[in-house]
Amino acid sequence: MVVKVYGFLQAACPQRVLLCFLEKDIEFELIHVDLNTLEHKKPEHLLRQPFGQVPAIEDGDLKLYESRAILRYYSTKYADQGTDLLGKTLEQRAIVDQWMETETNYFNAVGLPIVINLVVKPRLGEPCDFALVEEQKAKMEKIFDVYENRLATNRYLAGDEFTLADLTHMPGLRYTMNETGSSSMVTSRPNLNRWWNEISARPSWKKLMEMAAY
Amino acid sequence: MVMKVYGDEMSACVALVLLCLHEKNTEFELVPVNLFACHHKLPSFLSMNPFGQVPALQDEDLTLFESRAITAYIAEKYKDKGTDLTRHEDSKEAAIVKLWSEVEAHHFNPAVSAVIHQLVVVPLQGEESPNATIVEENLKKLEKVLDVYEERLGKTKYLAGDSYTLADLHHVPYIYYFMKTSHACLVNDRPKVKAWWEDLCSRPAFVRVSPGLTVAPPATN
Repeated sequence: MVVKVYGFLQAACPQRVLLCFLEKDIEFELIHVDLNTLEHKKPEHLLRQPFGQVPAIEDGDLKLYESRAILRYYSTKYADQGTDLLGKTLEQRAIVDQWMETETNYFNAVGLPIVINLVVKPRLGEPCDFALVEEQKAKMEKIFDVYENRLATNRYLAGDEFTLADLTHMPGLRYTMNETGSSSMVTSRPNLNRWWNEISARPSWKKLMEMAAY
Repeated sequence: MVMKVYGDEMSACVALVLLCLHEKNTEFELVPVNLFACHHKLPSFLSMNPFGQVPALQDEDLTLFESRAITAYIAEKYKDKGTDLTRHEDSKEAAIVKLWSEVEAHHFNPAVSAVIHQLVVVPLQGEESPNATIVEENLKKLEKVLDVYEERLGKTKYLAGDSYTLADLHHVPYIYYFMKTSHACLVNDRPKVKAWWEDLCSRPAFVRVSPGLTVAPPATN
C-alpha cells in the first residue's frame, strides 16, 4: 500500500519526510495541503494533525505526524531497503540520535525564527523583526563552528555514512543557502561547505528539488 | 563499569536522564558539574559536549550528549529490563511513542522552557526583570498545547497509549518546575492533564529524582 503524505512540496517538514522516502525507495502519494489558504488550520486537517501543521501520513491503519517521528519509523521499518539511514549498532544509532537532537535543539531552534521573519512573515504581510534575525544569525555562527569542527574529522555528522542526522538538516539548510542570505556562513567554513556540497549532490535531494520546482 | 552521567541534579535535562535510569533500575554514577562555576564551559567538558551543556553520558567507549538521545539509548539498551519506555515490541506503538516525544520537543518544551526561564532563572541571575511579553506569548502557546493534551488524555491514560513511556517522562522535570510558578492553573484547570501529572509525579523514579530539582524562583512579597 502506498503511504499518503499530507503536505506541501515547498515546506521544510514535508520535504524531510519525502527525502527519506526517496532515499529508501518507499512509494508515496503526496496529497497537497494548501498552506497559502490556511488549509492546515481547517477542521479536516486538524483531525490528522491537531497542532495544525504539515506533514501528516496515513499508511493503512497507521496515522502519524511529526516529521522526525515519521523518519524514524520508516527508517526502522525499511532498514534493509534503500539507504541505511539509522546506523547498524546500538551505539551508532545513539550517535545518529544525538545529531538529530542537535538539529532540533540548536540548528532548528535558532534557524526557525530567521525563516519565519525573512520568508513567512513577508508572505503574510506581517512586519519582520530584523533585530531578532541578527541575534539568531549570531547564534547560528557559533552553532556552525561546532559543526565545522565535527565535520573536520567525520565525513558525515554521525560518522562515515550518510544518515538521518544529515538528512534531517537538509530542508532547513536549503533556506540557509537561499532565502535567508546566510550562505556565506556555510561557504566560509571549508568542512561545512564540503559536507553541504556532498549531501546536496545526492540523487534523492536533486529529485526532491525538481519536485518542489523552486 | 557503570554508566557515568555528567551534570547537576537541578538541571531539568539531567533529571530526564536520571528518571530514565531509575525507571530501568540501572546503576549509574552522577559526576557533578558545577554549573554556577561554569565548569560545563571548560575544555574538559566541551570534549564531551561541544555545545557546553549538561548532561553528557559516558558508557565505556561511547560518549553521548543531548538528553533525549541519551534516554533513547538507555531505553533501547535496557529494553528488557524495568519499565517498557518505548513499546519496542510493536513497531506501530513505538512510532506513536516517538510522535508524542516529538510533540514534547517541538510544541511543549519551547513554550514551557521560555516561561520557566523568565520566571525562575532570570530572577536568580538578578540582572534583569522577567520579560512579561515573552511570558504572555509563551503561556498562550502552552495553553493551546495543553488543550491538545487534554483532548488526547481523554482517550488514552498516557500520551502514547495506555502505558507510561518516554513520551510522558520527557515532560516531567519541566512540568515540575512550571508548577512552582504562579501559572500552575494551566495544568490544574485541565482535569485530564492534572490527573496525568499527578500520576507522573507519584512514580517511584520521580520521588527519587525530585529532591534534586532545587531551582526555585525567589520569594516575592
